[in-house]
Amino acid sequence: MIQWVTPKGKLTKQGLKHWSKFSNEEKREWLRWMILARQFDRRAILLQRQGRIGTYAPLEGQEAAQIGSSMALHSEDWVFPSYREHGVALKVGMPISQVFLYWMGRVEGCKPPEGVRLMPPTVPIATQIPQAVGAAWASKLRKETFVSVAYFGDGATSEGDFHEGLNFAGVFKLPVIFFCQNNGYAISVPFNRQSASETIAERAKAYQIPGVLVDGNDVLAVRGVMEEAITRARNGDGPTLIEAVTYRKGSHTTADDATRYRPSDEVKEWIEARDPVERWQTCLLHEGLISLEEIENWTHQCDEQVDEGIKEAESSTPARATHLFEHVYHQVSRKIMRQKTECETREIPWLN
Amino acid sequence: MAQLTMVQAICDALQVALEEMPEVLLLGEDIGKNGGVFRATDGLWEHFGDERVIDTPLAEAGIIGSSIGLAVNGFKPVAEVQFLTFIYPAFEQIISHIARLHTRTQGAFPNSIVIRAPYGGGIRAPELHSDSTETFFIHTPGLKVVVPSTPSDAKGLLLAAIKQPDPVIFLEPMKLYRAFKEEVPAGWYEIPLGSARLVQTGTDVTILAWGAMVPVAMQGASECEKSGISCEVIDLRTLDPIDEETIIQSVTKTGRVVIVQEAPRTLGLGSELMAMIQEQAFYSLEAPMVRVTSYDVPVPMYALEDEFRPTAEKVAQAVYKVVQEGGM
Repeated sequence: MIQWVTPKGKLTKQGLKHWSKFSNEEKREWLRWMILARQFDRRAILLQRQGRIGTYAPLEGQEAAQIGSSMALHSEDWVFPSYREHGVALKVGMPISQVFLYWMGRVEGCKPPEGVRLMPPTVPIATQIPQAVGAAWASKLRKETFVSVAYFGDGATSEGDFHEGLNFAGVFKLPVIFFCQNNGYAISVPFNRQSASETIAERAKAYQIPGVLVDGNDVLAVRGVMEEAITRARNGDGPTLIEAVTYRKGSHTTADDATRYRPSDEVKEWIEARDPVERWQTCLLHEGLISLEEIENWTHQCDEQVDEGIKEAESSTPARATHLFEHVYHQVSRKIMRQKTECETREIPWLN
Repeated sequence: MAQLTMVQAICDALQVALEEMPEVLLLGEDIGKNGGVFRATDGLWEHFGDERVIDTPLAEAGIIGSSIGLAVNGFKPVAEVQFLTFIYPAFEQIISHIARLHTRTQGAFPNSIVIRAPYGGGIRAPELHSDSTETFFIHTPGLKVVVPSTPSDAKGLLLAAIKQPDPVIFLEPMKLYRAFKEEVPAGWYEIPLGSARLVQTGTDVTILAWGAMVPVAMQGASECEKSGISCEVIDLRTLDPIDEETIIQSVTKTGRVVIVQEAPRTLGLGSELMAMIQEQAFYSLEAPMVRVTSYDVPVPMYALEDEFRPTAEKVAQAVYKVVQEGGM
């Protein structure tokens, strides 16, 4: 497994080698985004507990995997997320308020701002994988340079769509990165019940594509391997499967109770000894790139950004019922028109 | 103009679309060098090359899933599923994604995809090749569903489906692929989706049919003609959106309805047509409506398919029944 920063925040030999590849400013940025993702996540859980948003899928513990990978993307690149990629969404340009809107049950949260190539969260597991392949195919057919990334979890690798997507990408040598956050559990089912293969990365071999196993809580290594995969893709050398080994510190969703299926010593180990944000903070502090005071300021600023986002989401105009009908088709049929009238007037039209 | 079979007309439509719309791509199994198992893409791979007529791995969810990624980047994928009965692995991509993408993104990302699939029975195909499950797609908001019954309609409807922006499930009755030839206009022409075809005007009974059931309905109607019953036969052509106007106008005139449906009875489109007519034209009805359908049993292996599918005799019987009950 590729690891450039140890859980204690020390650079490994490989880490030292790659350290200067990224500017100090960028390395500080990663931390800032990771803090934002974490503060967003913690607030979202609180909002759910207060009944201000619906069931929510927390990401805490996976910040390095999400920020490290998305920091390597350009604005022309496509992102096909699952439903836990709030960190990625924020990084690629989704406003905080809209991510909240999504979890408030508002469809507006699915639509990114103009020019942001982010698909809506994918709920049915693994279905985004062949879709991301299609976007990469578009890039290749048009001889463009953009790449496409599919984000998914360990559970998704048991689905047929995972196989179909990787197989297509291998056959057509498409510029797509399959970024798997293996957080050890698909809701309650541990990876050893998901698959008999030791790692997910090793499955890449069957598709004749590179498979990379990386410490997903090491933002430097994630950023580095993602950069390599993207460069290969942009150069026409085809897809890569990255397995980022990580852990969700909390439950699958706010409706789940992870204590039912995860041993407490395991959880404790990941929370206390392997936290991705602390690891990077320690590393940056040690390298003298940041001060505790700055971290505190950033955390405070991120909290304010999140507050703003909540305010904006909660003060947005309530959804109109007729919105239901507006985008079902480009060309509205008589049937839909009639039902829209029925909805507006609250009268069944054929009774008139 | 040329005399073409339906499958030739479809191939012609695809050729015209590839010529006129650079964003059109064909994807599917065996559609390249082999020209499709029914030859619906015969010669297109040679003409347009590997980047526009693409033989894919044997993976329906892969074909339809990747079509979504292509479509959001401005391509117009026209995907072939080899037989409708093989579409189920792609069902999730169609129902959960293609049908909803426009709603979910409020139009931000295009979901302009046409999925072609040969369907229905009557050709002595092997087991599990002959389903008529159009209902699944009609039942799913966000999709349009089209079924031609003649060569020239097949071409005009397919080009219209490709040109318009909504996702379309384009079902091609295998039984009619080579059933007859007719004059098919050359070049680009469209038959707008949502418009039914009045196959034959009549005054006593309205027969509603689509796909391979149109000729069956016509045979039944000719049989009844001998007894002096005048049948109006409507080919729905588009199953969603339905041409309500044409249907209701006809029912208002005849007061009697027979629906001929190849799919099993329960919750087939016929059920919805009956509900719609009941809601919109109940007081014009002179007799209870009658459905002639396949049975609510699994589509049989071919030894029994003629027993399973509606026949002209059954259509005629149904017509006699609605005429008698109406006291004509």
